[in-house]
Amino acid sequence: MKIIKKENGEALRLALEGRLDTNTAPELEAVLKGSLEGIKELTIDMTALEYLSSAGLRVLLGAQKSMNKQGSMKVANANEMILEVFEITGFSEILTLE
Amino acid sequence: MKELTINATLENIQTVTDFVDGQLEELGCSMKAQMQIDIAIDELFGNIVHYAYNPEVGPVTVRVEVTEDPLAVSITFIDNGVPYDPLAKTDPDVTLSAEEREIGGLGIFMVKKSMDEISYEYRSGQNILTIKKNM
Repeated sequence: MKIIKKENGEALRLALEGRLDTNTAPELEAVLKGSLEGIKELTIDMTALEYLSSAGLRVLLGAQKSMNKQGSMKVANANEMILEVFEITGFSEILTLE
Repeated sequence: MKELTINATLENIQTVTDFVDGQLEELGCSMKAQMQIDIAIDELFGNIVHYAYNPEVGPVTVRVEVTEDPLAVSITFIDNGVPYDPLAKTDPDVTLSAEEREIGGLGIFMVKKSMDEISYEYRSGQNILTIKKNM
């Protein structure tokens, strides 16, 4: 998976490319851990993300909990497959999708 | 029927995915079904890596079988590790808020929802888990 990071003051956009799974979720977790200080608006851009497994959901949940305390988080451009995963797992109620 | 026996390590999730995808492509499997199966491999093989032999490493056999009328693919994961029935877990409450959420059990829940059949048995010291997806 590739993570493209774009920071603009208090806004951070992370564009994910590839698959967010057992092997790659720790990479996203590490980037989030090192980047969220002082961030008020986090956007996870899934335009080029193929799919995610529960390991990815775990990291998204952690990010959402952190951002609930310090600002807001959006998940943008998820494909149909990923939206279905969010729907089945109830994550569509937890995340802000756009 | 094709079989692959490989060590239960995180790096090998990709090897198993490539092995299964190769056969799904021969069958003309839809992109959506293939991705659902790839997610299932990540969840199920990942579970074996984490629970079966940890901290040791042991072997897993992955068997792919195709049946006709209706066309379906069955994938069986066999390991000799500690008995572990992922189906025994109760389904997670998917209506809870972010703060109340527990993430355990979500992976197997996704697999149950996306596959047509799933079964588990412990026999002769082996965990045998099979998923079936209609094509």
